[in-house]
Amino acid sequence: MMHLGLPIVLVAVLAGAGVYGVVARRNAVLVLIGVELILSAANLLLVTMGSVLPDPMRAGQVLALFVITIAAAEVGVALAVVLAMFRMRGHIDLTQPASDEAHPLDAPPPPRGQAGDGPHSPHDPQHPGDLDETHAPVRDAVTRESRS
Amino acid sequence: MTTLDVLFTAVGVIAAASAVLSVTTRHVVHAALWLVVTLGTLAGCYLVLGAELIALVQVLIYVGAVVVLVLFALMLTRAPVGPSAEHDTGPVQRVAAAVVAAGTTALLAGVLLAALGGRTVQIHGGSTTELATQLFGRWVWPFELLSVLLLVSLVAALAISRLRADPDSEVRS
Repeated sequence: MMHLGLPIVLVAVLAGAGVYGVVARRNAVLVLIGVELILSAANLLLVTMGSVLPDPMRAGQVLALFVITIAAAEVGVALAVVLAMFRMRGHIDLTQPASDEAHPLDAPPPPRGQAGDGPHSPHDPQHPGDLDETHAPVRDAVTRESRS
Repeated sequence: MTTLDVLFTAVGVIAAASAVLSVTTRHVVHAALWLVVTLGTLAGCYLVLGAELIALVQVLIYVGAVVVLVLFALMLTRAPVGPSAEHDTGPVQRVAAAVVAAGTTALLAGVLLAALGGRTVQIHGGSTTELATQLFGRWVWPFELLSVLLLVSLVAALAISRLRADPDSEVRS
């Protein structure tokens, strides 16, 4: 015997934390963590209902397995997109516009400068700035040419 | 309070607290590590609810694979190691996000509690043999479709990495 309110409250808290993570984070990987929390809330609700209600087809647990599989596939593709975005832009800040939509000279450097590369990774001080400031305008020109 | 109540409360409080910490911490890497705690304690919740196979799959896939992928992505995107405010939005949007999150929590808890009630129920997770019989009998076509989906996502991830690498190589050469 078990009180049904406990898993329901946990589902609500997990979904709320996930929504907060999706809305309040700027880092794309941290937004993905929020999405994982929302998926986990859905999973917990499925398992709870599968264990509580009469479930001859075991639909709750089977669908929870399916959701876990879909979450794994989603994370794989999403992290590939995030890494591609990091290589194109030099940052994964979701609030910054893409570098070819904004001014190509002054939009990309601020997130890299603020992102803590200087104080937090002093072992490669010249590499990020070198990659960003010298190649970003050239890369913008290349993408603009290939687009036109 | 029965034994299951006590067990679920003990595991669920840790899960809820670590979930909130993983979305509010200022360390980027700590967010992924708190996510490990959340997903691991959720496996404990599944065990309390009588779903042993789901708990094992949760530990294997979520804690074993998904979190490792997230940590790799954080490393490859040069995430700052110390505390930083650069991965959070401004205070206005954070307050708005807290309001939206509180609204979501209240709405979900209110609707589910009103629909199902705070009643005391019998937990019957069912045996793994029965689950396997249903999974490979009635649910076999969705199961096979999901294997195709995994293959497609693998190929798509490879294609995204290769396509985006081309402009960079042109620039550097």
